[in-house]
Amino acid sequence: MKFRVPHIAPSEITPQAAYFSRRELLAGALAAGASALLPAAEPPPAQGAPLTYTANAQYSVKETPNKLEEIAGYNNFYEFGTDKDSPSRTANSLRTRPWSVSVYGESEVHGTFDLEDLLKGVALEERIYRFRCVEAWSLVVPWVGFPLSTLLTRFKPTSRAKYVEFTTLYDPRQMPGQRVPILTWPYVEGLRIDEAMHPLTLMVVGLYGRVLPNQDGAPLRLIVPWKYGFKGIKSIVKIGFTATQPRTAWNVATPNEYGFYANVNPQVDHPRWSQATERRIGAPFLAARRPTLPFNGYAEQVASLYQGMDLRRYF
Amino acid sequence: MTLTQRYRLIYKPLVFTACLLPVVWLACGAFGWFGLSLGADPVKELEHECGKTALNLLLLTLAVTPVRELTGQPQLLRLRRMLGLFAFSYVVLHFTIYLVLDLELNFTTLGADIAKRPYITIGFTALLLLIPLAVTSTNRMMRRLGRRWQSLHRLVYVIAILGVWHFYWQVKRDVREPLIYAGILAVLLGYRLVRARMRRQSKAASTGAAAV
Repeated sequence: MKFRVPHIAPSEITPQAAYFSRRELLAGALAAGASALLPAAEPPPAQGAPLTYTANAQYSVKETPNKLEEIAGYNNFYEFGTDKDSPSRTANSLRTRPWSVSVYGESEVHGTFDLEDLLKGVALEERIYRFRCVEAWSLVVPWVGFPLSTLLTRFKPTSRAKYVEFTTLYDPRQMPGQRVPILTWPYVEGLRIDEAMHPLTLMVVGLYGRVLPNQDGAPLRLIVPWKYGFKGIKSIVKIGFTATQPRTAWNVATPNEYGFYANVNPQVDHPRWSQATERRIGAPFLAARRPTLPFNGYAEQVASLYQGMDLRRYF
Repeated sequence: MTLTQRYRLIYKPLVFTACLLPVVWLACGAFGWFGLSLGADPVKELEHECGKTALNLLLLTLAVTPVRELTGQPQLLRLRRMLGLFAFSYVVLHFTIYLVLDLELNFTTLGADIAKRPYITIGFTALLLLIPLAVTSTNRMMRRLGRRWQSLHRLVYVIAILGVWHFYWQVKRDVREPLIYAGILAVLLGYRLVRARMRRQSKAASTGAAAV
């Protein structure tokens, strides 16, 4: 039996502008209403609105990125259901503005900050990264964001800050998947402080030059390209500096299957499946499976972080 | 129209067509016909949908006996072979998609998967166990095997358990759907246990009465 990649004529694809226009209309109507009452302020960017950024070739892989509809139509975001296509259908219930982020723990700066203020003056860059899911599929994604380190240094972590802990929004009305106890909500992820400060570690606000679609973790998400995708926590509302290792969602749920480190490693299999190879989403039939690279191909930049560690034990 | 004619001309063609619908729907999605699509990862979709259809048909096959007994429609038995053979076909299709489209004919990985991944080991075992049942499904084989035919075909209980277990074990975290399958299977197998016990009791009662 021979199968072809399903063909979608370009004319059949809803232009992104049209797809998001309803949202913009609504946002525009609201803004118009608000502007009648308030002094003129810069309107917050709507989902899919274009961003200003520069391309960072130094940190980009040379591979062809996946299509937007693949990156925004195939998501693990259990807050919006466990099917891959469920977040793209239901994540519109998430309100990404106004959005605030609380900072706590072992740092000099604490408090709750409006996302708009946090992003003010931050230079956005585009980086094309490989994305490897723990389920053995992969993508190449043109993220728009900024190094996490530029944000963390502003909070002045103290010498007691050994880890950084991130928390997703908890609001079952906006995130109906949280009504089902599949994971312990809210989702928590964490990094060691040196991992968090690594120049490859990215805070993401956009995709394909536009404001991040909700299903990809709007308005603020983490991307750590040498780790499995579940480390890249979405829709972040809390950032904390801790002295002890954070209790991360998947690690708490199934500690023998999902470690705290979760570095991409073809040598260390998931207990139930092999991690030696992966299937690239969108690749032609019979040419999609490829070997998985140590640290997802970023070994040269990050392997030194784990020198002397037994990566089978600290998987 | 006699009962046999009704089955031959109406019911069997209807069931046959219904059993083909999933594969037709998947083919439409794979080729993009009628605007259907299988999403960003068509290979996984084909693999999972064929597997799930196989399980659905296997459970339907197991439902024939309880339904015919409870509704007093013994002739439903005439549909069971077709359901069973379609279940087997979808299992073979599921495995072929896994081997050809997912593993891309990498037989080394196939061997490693079967040996090292328990959920693949039990899935593959279920596939192997289905082969003798499919081969002995003809009228001639039924006659030739006589009483042994039924003993052999009781393997389907083991196969169904392995199939549902295979589904349960490959799910990452959200086990709600495989648990529904497990529940239905438990009812279907539990029915048979209860019925066997009731038969033994009534038999014991009648022999007891005869002894007195």
